[in-house]
Amino acid sequence: MDLDFSPEDQAFRAEIRTWMQANVPPKAGPEIGLPNHRETQAAWEHKLGKKGWLACNWPAEYGGPGWTATQRYIFDTERALAGAPPFSPFGLMMLGPVLMAYGTPEQQSRYLPKIASGEEFWCQGYSEPGSGSDLASLKTQAVRHGDRYVVNGQKIWTTQAHWASYMFCLCRTNTDVPKQQGISFLLIDMRAPGIEIRPITTIDGEHHLNEVFLTDVQVPVGNLVGQEGQGWTIAKYLLTHERTGLAGIADSYFQIGELHGAVNRDASLADDPLVRRRLAALEVDLLALEFTNLRTLDRVARGEPLGAGSSGLKIRGSELQQAISEAQVELGGLSALPWLGEVSTGDPVFRTATQRYNFLRACTIYGGSTEIQKNLLAKLLLGTN
Amino acid sequence: MDFSLNSEQQLLQDSANKFAVKGYGFDRYRTTLKLDGHLDPAAWAQMAEFGWLALPLPESAGGLGGSSTDVTLVAEALGAGMVLEPYVSGLVLPGRLLTLAGNDRQQQRLEALAAGNLQLAVGWAEPGDRQNPAHCATRAVAKGSGYVINGSKLCVLNAPNAQGLIISARTSGKPGDHGGISLFEIDPAAPGVSLVRYPLMGGGSAANVIMDGASVSADALLGSIGEGFELLDDALDHATVAACAQALGAMQALVERTAAYLRVRKQFGVPIGSFQVLQHRLVDMYVDVEQSRSMVLMASVRVGSANVADRRRAVSAAKAYLGQTSKFVAQHAVQLHGGIGVTEELDVGHYFRQLTAFGILYGDRERHLDRYASLPRAA
Repeated sequence: MDLDFSPEDQAFRAEIRTWMQANVPPKAGPEIGLPNHRETQAAWEHKLGKKGWLACNWPAEYGGPGWTATQRYIFDTERALAGAPPFSPFGLMMLGPVLMAYGTPEQQSRYLPKIASGEEFWCQGYSEPGSGSDLASLKTQAVRHGDRYVVNGQKIWTTQAHWASYMFCLCRTNTDVPKQQGISFLLIDMRAPGIEIRPITTIDGEHHLNEVFLTDVQVPVGNLVGQEGQGWTIAKYLLTHERTGLAGIADSYFQIGELHGAVNRDASLADDPLVRRRLAALEVDLLALEFTNLRTLDRVARGEPLGAGSSGLKIRGSELQQAISEAQVELGGLSALPWLGEVSTGDPVFRTATQRYNFLRACTIYGGSTEIQKNLLAKLLLGTN
Repeated sequence: MDFSLNSEQQLLQDSANKFAVKGYGFDRYRTTLKLDGHLDPAAWAQMAEFGWLALPLPESAGGLGGSSTDVTLVAEALGAGMVLEPYVSGLVLPGRLLTLAGNDRQQQRLEALAAGNLQLAVGWAEPGDRQNPAHCATRAVAKGSGYVINGSKLCVLNAPNAQGLIISARTSGKPGDHGGISLFEIDPAAPGVSLVRYPLMGGGSAANVIMDGASVSADALLGSIGEGFELLDDALDHATVAACAQALGAMQALVERTAAYLRVRKQFGVPIGSFQVLQHRLVDMYVDVEQSRSMVLMASVRVGSANVADRRRAVSAAKAYLGQTSKFVAQHAVQLHGGIGVTEELDVGHYFRQLTAFGILYGDRERHLDRYASLPRAA
């Protein structure tokens, strides 16, 4: 039992911290804390890509830095504490690992380098109007004609589709088998004819989400990942990778620090014992989450299976992100009400709090809703798999 | 960073689980409730034999010099097995005080403690102090070569069984001051000392200790005069972590029992575990236990930190966290068991009582959140 980081890891932390201090552009989005400006996000990701740190979770052989799980954790912590936004996860955290496990050498060499350099954004074509939590019921159809699939259907809640060069997309290729077995995983060029993107404005007042309509979109068969019908297996593999990153611990530390700062700048808050107790309760919850995450990383480092451990982290991590933003809004009070931070009165943390709070209502919904995560865990606990 | 147990710790955990869960359990718990002071001398002797009483004590005094993490492994097993013996209040807490500050004569008592031949208790809480050890309105006044003590201590755990009581008394300053608190060992049978004994909810015994002109000699003092607060604070932190581990064992047991019950109990022709509302409640309990385990691990290491603020922050975070999760797990274990959950005959209700007591003992959630908030933020 040893809770200290090794001297090597501490040196690593110092290196990352120094670099972040010199390279995180002032107000690269931390004022809102959300990646909702394409140019700033792209510039930031290019910079990390040039440094070789963007694909921070990738092994060296695929163009990542080859860091250990602990190093990645340190990197993400320092990234957040420096006030930089998280990376767009779709290429880096989701498709990357999938292509490494299931992609052909051609697919790997075509797509991975441009994800690692930040040149190409990806989006995730999963949810459909009729298929949310019951994802396997999806209807978007890919019919093979010679060396192409012809895709017809509709995707929804597609984050950053309007930024993306490509979409990885679950499509139905067989309707005669049980629903999970008829799904395939396709890579689709977002510039292909037949793709129409319509924006969805969310309650934070921003445009992150889209509807994507696919009408007779031609996809070369070389863009099939894995085997035809293997899409559900791949999707599940991807989801375990997705969930480990969704606890948002590093960003929660940053936001609690921001909240502390704002409270300390206002004596009416700083001198209120109930406010201090509320902050303490949030920090204690975050500590419990952080050490649960570290225990999970420790198990991963020893090659033990992750299992449903990531579901618990996702549930509690997303709830805590919401609770912190809720405290920012409620303690901000009237200072939180000017919409979209357009009026520069009040503390900047409170001024932007409502937008974060509204945005973060989504975090218990995306990546498998809290209720779906609980279904998964219940199956394990009750042995009803 | 490494969260794994070494091979000695795994052996320790295995033997503690074997004793507590298989050798003790609900039946012996119920028998022990009928014994004086809820103490089973045979069980205490067995624990001494296994070396668990020597575990937290220093090697110089016949102890094993184990780490706080070692102690939490034993405590967790005791909690899972409902073991009523006063491991935390009668061993971890007084053992730490004697180790930190005992004079030669007092340190010799550690050997008896390790051997299971001595019961001690520590009195620090008082009426109206909300378990703030710095309050301490009890006063000790120098008289001749010794001291005369006046005041009272509330809910002194294990006092009915103890041959010696360690109590805090103010030798200078006013209630709330850290300075001016001194620790004395007193004889519960001495003139001027009286005990109001009672059983505790969830088992174990305690007493209110009233000191009315109780005289002690100069060598009854632990450590230096007026400098007892830091000692008490340190020892209470060690006891708090062990108590958290014990609660963790009980919480884990409740999740296992609840999961098992949801599988076998049928209503409407199906196991009630097929109902999503109950499934999700069970998951909430399970995740609470997992996160509580992380907190106990964290606190068991950091309680040994040389940086006092780090120690206090870690321990108060753990107690505040488990104060909430233990209540949630206990309440919902009862709820999911339905009618049988509120009966004397099922162990679930007894775990419930124990966890309710745990929530209050060693400072409740609010007290520890306030203590956490009063500390400088971690670097």
